[in-house]
Amino acid sequence: MAMAETLRVNPIQCTGHGVCAELLPELISLDEWGYPIVDPRPVPASLDRAARRAVNACPVLALKLTRSEEPARSGSISSGGTTPRAPR
Amino acid sequence: MTSTTAFWYASRATGIVALLLLTAVLVLGILVSRQGRLPGLPRFAVTDIHRNLSLLAVAFIAIHIVTAVLDTYVHIPLISGVIPFASGYERLWLGLGAISVDLMIAMIVTSLLRGRMNRMVWRAIHLLAYASWPVAFAHSIGSSKDLQQGWMLDLAVGCALIVAAAAIWRLVNAARQVPRAARVAAVFAQHTTSLTKPAPNKPAQNKPAQTKSSRRTVTR
Amino acid sequence: MTTVVNEPAPGGAARQAAGLPRLLPRVPENLQTHLARFGPTPYRGKVGALIADVEAAGLTGRGGAAFPVHRKLGVVARARGARKVVVANGAESEPASRKDELLLRLAPNLVLDGLQLAAETVGATEAHLYLHGAARPEILRALAERAARGLDGRQVTVTQAPPRFLAGQETALVNRLGGGPALPTFQPPRVSERGLGGAPTLVQNVETLAHIALIARYGPRWFRAAGTDAEPGSMLATVYRPDMKTQVVETEIGTPLRDLLGDGADIQAWLIGGYHGTWLPMPDAAGTTLDNATLRRFGAAVGAGVLVALPTDRCGLTEAARVAGYLAAESAGQCGPCLNGLPRIAAGLAELAGAGHRRQTRADLERWAGLVTGRGACNHPDGTVRFVRSALTVFAPEITRHARGQCSATNRQPFLPLPAGMPTSEEDWT
Repeated sequence: MAMAETLRVNPIQCTGHGVCAELLPELISLDEWGYPIVDPRPVPASLDRAARRAVNACPVLALKLTRSEEPARSGSISSGGTTPRAPR
Repeated sequence: MTSTTAFWYASRATGIVALLLLTAVLVLGILVSRQGRLPGLPRFAVTDIHRNLSLLAVAFIAIHIVTAVLDTYVHIPLISGVIPFASGYERLWLGLGAISVDLMIAMIVTSLLRGRMNRMVWRAIHLLAYASWPVAFAHSIGSSKDLQQGWMLDLAVGCALIVAAAAIWRLVNAARQVPRAARVAAVFAQHTTSLTKPAPNKPAQNKPAQTKSSRRTVTR
Repeated sequence: MTTVVNEPAPGGAARQAAGLPRLLPRVPENLQTHLARFGPTPYRGKVGALIADVEAAGLTGRGGAAFPVHRKLGVVARARGARKVVVANGAESEPASRKDELLLRLAPNLVLDGLQLAAETVGATEAHLYLHGAARPEILRALAERAARGLDGRQVTVTQAPPRFLAGQETALVNRLGGGPALPTFQPPRVSERGLGGAPTLVQNVETLAHIALIARYGPRWFRAAGTDAEPGSMLATVYRPDMKTQVVETEIGTPLRDLLGDGADIQAWLIGGYHGTWLPMPDAAGTTLDNATLRRFGAAVGAGVLVALPTDRCGLTEAARVAGYLAAESAGQCGPCLNGLPRIAAGLAELAGAGHRRQTRADLERWAGLVTGRGACNHPDGTVRFVRSALTVFAPEITRHARGQCSATNRQPFLPLPAGMPTSEEDWT
């Protein structure tokens, strides 16, 4: 059984080459500044190959395919903590 | 023409072609990093062609080494293709060739393993391209009498000039890059000036991407 | 701007039962007075021993995210690895928040107790304290006093945070502690899994640690005597009201906000949760209480407890535009959407706060807000958008007035505190 995977872009590494959006327009589009807007839903099986191609093509390796999970971003800026996922 | 002479010619021919290919690969690599485009081609083409040509160059170099080894006029051990200074014949110049090949192997192997390795390490090794090309060039000039005169010399020097120009362009670009801590101020400045003109909202593909380095500005 | 300590929050008898104030002493405590009041640090003697108490107490993080503390403790305690790190995060970074600084100056030993207890319970090998410059002397003195008595199980390394809005963000904190600039990094991995030097790192706000120090002594039931069932305990809030000097108050969670902020006719709006928080219209929101369950219904959250009552004589739009400009300037500039979007949003808001604006600006603002949300490595764009969107809603009538070249403000003095200047070089981030 294939594990559902999602595309995620590391916004710090991404410099807006735009190759990913060309190769995978079904799931990735570019905003008005040239940065990718990535569909957060799991990649459908039919697009799996194209997704891998897009990941491989990124010149800075900013695009990744990960196991389907909640995006992990810290919960607050000020002097506190995160909202970690519940441990498996 | 004997078979050995054929090998020798083949080695020199593939060597020239490899030099041309490596020149193209390096220039395309710089183009990729600067988000440049080849006219009429999609963005991914620049990356794809860069990678494909590099593999093609490796193939030509492999033939270049093997045919040189197979030629019996001089004795060149096979390992001298990758072990520097292992050849009795033209020890220095062939040694440089081996060094260049070693650097290329490192670059290609790490690139094949890109997804699995540390980005910084990959990048550091990939920057060895700037060492590999001049070494290959020195090898070419030093080890081949043909390349030291006539149209072949012109060709080789032409490649060197192209590489030098591309490298200089790359350096100038890097120097002009807005440092991270100043980027926000640059966007503020850029945005305020464009506010004075009517700003129709063009769809993204008609507008060049405004990247973090702010090297391109919004379409005027 | 003086900060008055320990203003009695309302509800006298109720406060006595709950045992307020808990954290803030009337005068700064030294080690002697601290030990006389609280006794020695109640070490439990083994890893994980405190977690059940913290869970029963229902303590949530006081740094802004309000995450259940026991869960984070558990993640780090269970993590494998020889090295584990605990960090007391006192870099409150929010210009309007003064509570962490005050707590560190008045009750450093409570915080340091909590740090040692947390370190023990997760099995940490390293302890750090991260703070802005102001409370440093008191902290260093407290550490010296404790070291002289051999009170601390782990030595504490004190690191100064740069005066950046993002300095207190978890990953930025880890970067700074590691010797680099206070810039956020992309997660995963979470710092609780891989943080400082790759080790599992527990980051807790200093107020949270102070609460842990008290729970360890008095137990979860005592802790729950204050606050609500869902959100127990007391918290520190920084309060700005037009009729008073700025105060840091300790109050029960669930306190009616009108008791803290006042809801007279001279108040046009409340800002709850600081500069990543939410504007609430008055008098519509006058009945809300200081707890997330209630505030959530208004799209707001307690955050790090910055509470502002904006007087009617000021221009809310101008205040919001000033803050938006500050937030944009404090972007790390690492992620394309944030870097490009926040300055444009700030400029758009400034345009609305000016006299007359282009018709396109409202639509632009909404589009940019949508483009930056969720697309940075940290929550800075999201928090900024929350602040801006609520301002556009609450101050909508003011926008209309400004479009006609009018403004309802009679007082042009800025109300919300902001530092001067913006970061321009790498040094500003270290």
